[in-house]
Amino acid sequence: MKRRIEYRTHFKDNISSRMLSDKIVKIAVITCCVIAIIPLASILIDVVRNGIEIISWTFLTALPGSAASGEGGIVNSIQGTFIMIGMTSAIGIPIGVLSGIYVSEYANSRIGQLIRFYNDVMMQFPSIVFGVFAFLLIVMVLGSFNLWAGAVALSLIMFPIIARTTEESLKLIPDTYREAGHALGIPKSVVTLKVLLTAAKGGIVTGVMLSVARIAGETAPLIMTILGSKGWFRGVDVAMDALPLTIWRLSMLPYDAAVLQSWGAALVLITIVLILNVSVRYVVLYRKGGKLGMLGSIMGGKK
Amino acid sequence: MTLVEKPKIAKPEEGDIPMTNDRVVIEDLAVSYSGKIAIKDVNMKIPGQSVTALIGPSGCGKTTLLRTINRMHDLTKGAEVTGKVTIDGKNIYDSGINPILQRRKIGMVFQKPNPFPTMSIWDNVAAGLKLNGIKNRALLNEIIEDSLKMSYLWDEVKDDLKKPAVTLSGGQQQRLCIARALAIQPEVLLMDEPASALDPIATAKIEQTITELKEHYTIIIVTHNMQQAVRVSDRTGFMYLGELIEYDKTDNIFKNPKEELTRNYVEGRFG
Amino acid sequence: MSKKELKLKTDFRWDKIFKIGATCAGAYVLLVIVIMFVQLLTDSWLVWEKEGLGFITGMNWNPVEGRESFGALPYIAGTLVTSLIAMCIAVPLSIGIAMFLSEIAPPSIREPVSFIVELLAAVPSIIYGLWGLFTFRILFKDWFESPTHDALGEYIWLFADAPFGLDILTASIVLAIMIIPTISAVSREILLAVPAIQREAAYMLGATKWEVFKMSVLPYAKSGLIGASILGLGRAVGETMAVTMLIGNAVGSKAFPIAFFQQGNSLASIIANEFNEASPVGIYFPALIGLGLILLFVSLGINICAHVIIRKMVGAHEGGIKGF
Repeated sequence: MKRRIEYRTHFKDNISSRMLSDKIVKIAVITCCVIAIIPLASILIDVVRNGIEIISWTFLTALPGSAASGEGGIVNSIQGTFIMIGMTSAIGIPIGVLSGIYVSEYANSRIGQLIRFYNDVMMQFPSIVFGVFAFLLIVMVLGSFNLWAGAVALSLIMFPIIARTTEESLKLIPDTYREAGHALGIPKSVVTLKVLLTAAKGGIVTGVMLSVARIAGETAPLIMTILGSKGWFRGVDVAMDALPLTIWRLSMLPYDAAVLQSWGAALVLITIVLILNVSVRYVVLYRKGGKLGMLGSIMGGKK
Repeated sequence: MTLVEKPKIAKPEEGDIPMTNDRVVIEDLAVSYSGKIAIKDVNMKIPGQSVTALIGPSGCGKTTLLRTINRMHDLTKGAEVTGKVTIDGKNIYDSGINPILQRRKIGMVFQKPNPFPTMSIWDNVAAGLKLNGIKNRALLNEIIEDSLKMSYLWDEVKDDLKKPAVTLSGGQQQRLCIARALAIQPEVLLMDEPASALDPIATAKIEQTITELKEHYTIIIVTHNMQQAVRVSDRTGFMYLGELIEYDKTDNIFKNPKEELTRNYVEGRFG
Repeated sequence: MSKKELKLKTDFRWDKIFKIGATCAGAYVLLVIVIMFVQLLTDSWLVWEKEGLGFITGMNWNPVEGRESFGALPYIAGTLVTSLIAMCIAVPLSIGIAMFLSEIAPPSIREPVSFIVELLAAVPSIIYGLWGLFTFRILFKDWFESPTHDALGEYIWLFADAPFGLDILTASIVLAIMIIPTISAVSREILLAVPAIQREAAYMLGATKWEVFKMSVLPYAKSGLIGASILGLGRAVGETMAVTMLIGNAVGSKAFPIAFFQQGNSLASIIANEFNEASPVGIYFPALIGLGLILLFVSLGINICAHVIIRKMVGAHEGGIKGF
């Protein structure tokens, strides 16, 4: 019988220091989470605390008064934001959905990868450059600040997000649906539009809501496209105001009253954005989709 | 000997042959995942210096049973373990027991070879040793050589221990995993279908390793291959739908089973 | 032709039209990117003509007619410096958060905490700017900048400028907060993608959670985490509004970042500040567009790096990560 050499006598009695290291790391890591959450709490508290002072029916329904007086409201900005969302969606959603359909259903894997890559690249582009681009392409050609330029600029932010979500939602659908349609002789376009899109509806709607939340808060592309104004909407080829622009402009003024109005506008904006984001989360949880975690953060941010 | 070097485990003297009476005693063991019962009413006495096989159809709970012995269920959320698992007289589920020290005493080899992919062969075997504070290069080399010899991998890799572990073949990787487990000299070796992902030649080598290892270790092996159980094990436990149906010497289980269910299984009536 | 044949023919035609439409939509993104680069190059041509590559290395910023001269270097440096400082703060915090979510948190805590961290990403940049301008800046100036300046300003050049709260450091810190959700979300996915049997191999040897992480998770996920950080860098580079409101708006060689409390500008922020004021006559306007072009290149370059690195990790081990 072979003798077995006992090496365990060489083991160090380090278990308590090992457990201590483990505990220290655990605490450090939890601290990281706390540190990250503090700014969020601070921002939300600030916006609510400062904004709520000025929020009133008048504020929400009146046009802006003179800068220093603190009178008037932001109704045109709210109107502008909604109009921009509408116009942008009209451009961005069809392109985004179709692009997602293309990559998922029609493209071979090499082209699909290529398009997906550039889609991701597009999602990371600085949005101010989209504003510059829309300015050069549309504002300079038409000769005035207008809403089309703003919508085009924002759509460049929106469509890659929707394309990505659409593609991912379609990918989740088992091939049996496609095969069944094919076997029955139904044309591919019909299968895609009637069957697959319906099955992917939840994911696509989520993508739309998240991208709307994103563009509602975008400021930079609007600076040189719709410029801002103090009046109601007067047509798509005239300058217009929107909530982010208002916040920026008012915050830069040296009057306390103006700054207060800026907080009020911020409160309105963040309410819209948070409602959209929370609803999305609720929808995702409810449907147990799950894949949105990473996507949600890749798209949120940079404005 | 200073306090630092004093071993924390009660150990027999160097060279002594371990006791061959029942080393692992399982009493009334039950495991449930989020309320769903996986195994129940398991009672086994496993002797030392032997190989005990667990057989049964897919899903019968043999892996679940195996993983109770090194407290792997601690890592699964929602898993609940009741009953006693006693190793060398101590119930490992006692509240006073540190699972980390406990797992050190029990080596495990998994179904799919899982060497640490970013480490070399040498680093893989040294991993457990370094955790326990062994830094002396010469000592590490000695233990690593010893472990690789025990798992019959030494001759094949001794020329280049710094090669990445993933460059080895499947069978070699599995033997590397065995060496890694053996390096910290556990009391008990658990093997979860160790050869199922390997080709016949590699399987034969693994089985040879097991047969040689049982001289020094208590080995419990889960296998779906009945011939393997016959070749390798001294005792066999047959499980079905979460219960231990029969547990006896391997010869008896396969030649003369007491339960009809056992007989039906070993005769191949169902898989 | 029978009714059925006619219907089939129309269906077939519609199918073809749909396919063409979808293909166009797919090609749209490529087209847009190309057109954007071309348009920006064309409309900034004048400044490249006048300054040549000196535009990238120059530090002038003189819009006065007759003596026009522009250089992008202070702003390129401003972008890179603020982003790098933001990374130094954000990367450790984000990886810590990702570690918490993947290794320690039970599922009941993981979901809400992930959600809260992602809400950080949902807050619009302009609101970060607002908060930074009126809340964070004051606190930071009073609690950090002034004391540090008083104590170390004479000895260390980094703290030598008089602190107003609107400077490179403040902008960088708020930037860091903004990129944490990106880095931590991707890092979390990467850590969760490490196969369970890798962790189990380490646990089996009798390792603590931290040792398991060090031994089997971290080496496996290392390049993925680097890729996640670079994605964060890409985001930081393009960030506009918060930086614009906090960085102090200096121009020319004064804007070249060498100290923490110095006023500066990033590529994005100077465009935001000056675009609507720039006269379209002369090369002032082309200069700003040229900055946009440079910014686009920087963003593209960083994102290509991030993708290459993450793809390398996915390729090296089995089991991809969704979306890459």
